[in-house]
Amino acid sequence: MHQLKFDQKVCASCRSADCLLKCQYMTFSGHKEAHGEMMKIMKGRDSRVLTECMTCYACEEYCTRGNHPFYLISERREKKGMFTAPRPITNQWINMTQMQGKYLVGDVKDIALSCCYIPDLGALGTGEIFRDVASAGVFGAEFMCPAVHTHFARMSVIKERLPVVIENYRKLGVKEVICLHDECYGTLTSIASAYGMEVPFKPVYYLDYVLERMKELKEKIKPLNITVAYQRSCSNRLIPDKLPVVKKIFQLIGVKAPKRTYQDENALCCAEILRSISGYKLADDVVKRNIDDMLNVGAEYCVFNCPACQISLSEKVAKRGLKPVHIIDLCKMAIGEKERGTA
Amino acid sequence: MRDIRKSLVDIVGERGVSDAQEELWFYSRDPGVLAPHRPDYVVAPKTTEEVQKIVRLANREKIPVVPMGNGMSLAGLVIPLKGGIVMDMKRMNKILEVNSMARYVVVEGGTSQGALKAYLQEHHPTLRHSIPDAPPATTIAANVSLHGQGRLTNQYGFNSDMVTGLEVVLPTGKICLVGSPSIGPYWISKGPTLPDLSGLFLGWLGCTGIITKVGLKLYPNKKIRDAELFVTDRVDLIPHILYKLTHLEMLEDINVWFQPKPLMFLGNFHITIFFTGDTEEEIEFKRKMIWDALQEYMDSKDGGFMAIQYMKSVLLEMPGRNIADFADVPKGGGFEYSGPIAPIEHFPQYAAKLVELAAKYNVLYASAARLISGGHCMMFSISFAFNRNDPAMMERVEKALDEAMAFALDMGGIPWKPNFKEQKMTLEKMEPNARNLLLMIKKNLDPQGIMNPGNWEVNS
Repeated sequence: MHQLKFDQKVCASCRSADCLLKCQYMTFSGHKEAHGEMMKIMKGRDSRVLTECMTCYACEEYCTRGNHPFYLISERREKKGMFTAPRPITNQWINMTQMQGKYLVGDVKDIALSCCYIPDLGALGTGEIFRDVASAGVFGAEFMCPAVHTHFARMSVIKERLPVVIENYRKLGVKEVICLHDECYGTLTSIASAYGMEVPFKPVYYLDYVLERMKELKEKIKPLNITVAYQRSCSNRLIPDKLPVVKKIFQLIGVKAPKRTYQDENALCCAEILRSISGYKLADDVVKRNIDDMLNVGAEYCVFNCPACQISLSEKVAKRGLKPVHIIDLCKMAIGEKERGTA
Repeated sequence: MRDIRKSLVDIVGERGVSDAQEELWFYSRDPGVLAPHRPDYVVAPKTTEEVQKIVRLANREKIPVVPMGNGMSLAGLVIPLKGGIVMDMKRMNKILEVNSMARYVVVEGGTSQGALKAYLQEHHPTLRHSIPDAPPATTIAANVSLHGQGRLTNQYGFNSDMVTGLEVVLPTGKICLVGSPSIGPYWISKGPTLPDLSGLFLGWLGCTGIITKVGLKLYPNKKIRDAELFVTDRVDLIPHILYKLTHLEMLEDINVWFQPKPLMFLGNFHITIFFTGDTEEEIEFKRKMIWDALQEYMDSKDGGFMAIQYMKSVLLEMPGRNIADFADVPKGGGFEYSGPIAPIEHFPQYAAKLVELAAKYNVLYASAARLISGGHCMMFSISFAFNRNDPAMMERVEKALDEAMAFALDMGGIPWKPNFKEQKMTLEKMEPNARNLLLMIKKNLDPQGIMNPGNWEVNS
């Protein structure tokens, strides 16, 4: 079984304790307390963090020294037999995502277009933008990034399944896998690396691919001239270096994303996992603050990166007058493949 | 027999009678596991007068008559066990009156659930009736005559409790009005404050008469419907969870279900909680009440709410079309269930028995319980899927269902829409004086024993 590469010296010598001090769902009196709690976790002792963490992934980004505090917290929780979400919900996810030999593989040669285990991604990965790769789609639990189980502190499931997923791709003989799910890219880069898993192909971040294609399709772009708010996903915390790609795409298609209180490092989670873990009170508060913030900057659209965030928040933002849209559909609107407001 | 056919044609016309083999084949069976039995004729009256004439003919000639709605009970309740005439009521499908202020409707005995739903949506959008989770072509009269349940049963009781009056053709051919319509023009009460004669017909499965008109209560149709789905893996908690939910006194419907396939459902018990409101504020208030009521189970990690955005439209369908999806897992599209009415405190024992029977008889199971009248009892469905082209599997399902009913009776449950074998088991268990009272009623109402014979047959 693969082991987490966590450098205790790096953590022990940390002068910022940003991983916990920046947390938006837990509060600490200062560096001493935050660092102390992290030391407890590192040494396998009890810590309030183990019961209070909402699994937003953000500490993976806050730790600029690449030491994977979130994976460590999840490891420790599992070792202690703790559940983040209710046990039946945790087990339901484990059961639901089991590989059962029911997968789809398109015309895959050197490149595969990963739709993870999310049917909605199949429809997104079409049209002019994905003209050259749409037929190379793969879908199913056999190709699903198992990162979702970090929400449930079941790292053992990830360690068991991710090598199988990687092997399944290897068997396809691909050189590149374009990950339509943000989380797949995060898994194949951040998690695989943290656990020392070799990835024998190049994971391609779908927004990198979209950005390049939109540059190629520049002649077709009609600037949208709209104001949007971007809903950053939890998995995006695993790959903060990819955040600028969104801004480049917005710029290219004439979309304004005014500075918000809750954006980039301070982004708020879609809150679905918060609801599942602790109930509606915190989740409702987070959703309200998030949407208030979107409206305060004059956004007309709420732009999603992750289909799970989109499912969770679409109805809620729509009820408050915002149009929910996936960023791929926004690009399709810019090149005239989709009508405005129908995405 | 030629004369019988001619007499029937004289009553309803050539197009309303058939003794063609291909049609008799269909009318000899239902989708459950019970063996088919061929009728001699199928007749489809259009009026109460035609029903009267057919019954008089049958009474005179001592021919069995089996009144039939859509024939979807799955329990063989309209299989003509002793041949005779199957009376298909579906051509008597008029919606006769809606009193919107008094919130009731009067329909003919073959009116379907789907027709009434569509009519109310178009003409009385603020009103609704209690729609059962059966195909829309099932009929209202059949549903109340077998004490069916529906979407409003948690709030208002069995669908038969919602009856506000009946018109019945007795086995002698006489017409009888039951309840307030026997006194005046208003269909506002099936019994109270009079002696409640509706009990002579409701639950009798057509053995005491043919319902030709039904008055039915209607209820407010709120603008918004919503649902939450709570899951737990601890069956022992289910009665307590249901007790807490029913204490809220504001839920439209509560269903508890579990099944081993697809895998995402394995090992958990699912409680679908339906609620309604006229405003978003009302919906959110109720949602918070529901979550608050069950917060302690979230805190203990024993239960939680599923994110259901992607499946909500399916959950909110009326009737629920996914009820029978599991019938196709073993291929061949068959399923049948036994649905005893039991106290909710017995849920864990019934659940264990279902799993035990499925293993013993090597069949696929599913269960969906519905709360009745705010939790006084529940209908616990013991469902098994089977391949219609596999007689051995069907035989195993039949045995499993027989054993399930024996268990339910031992547990003090009562059968819902029992097939003829389950009726016999029930009558054997019944207190003798109650059994004799049933016998007295049946003998007096149907002295020739022509009404749906083979069902509710009480031996003296």
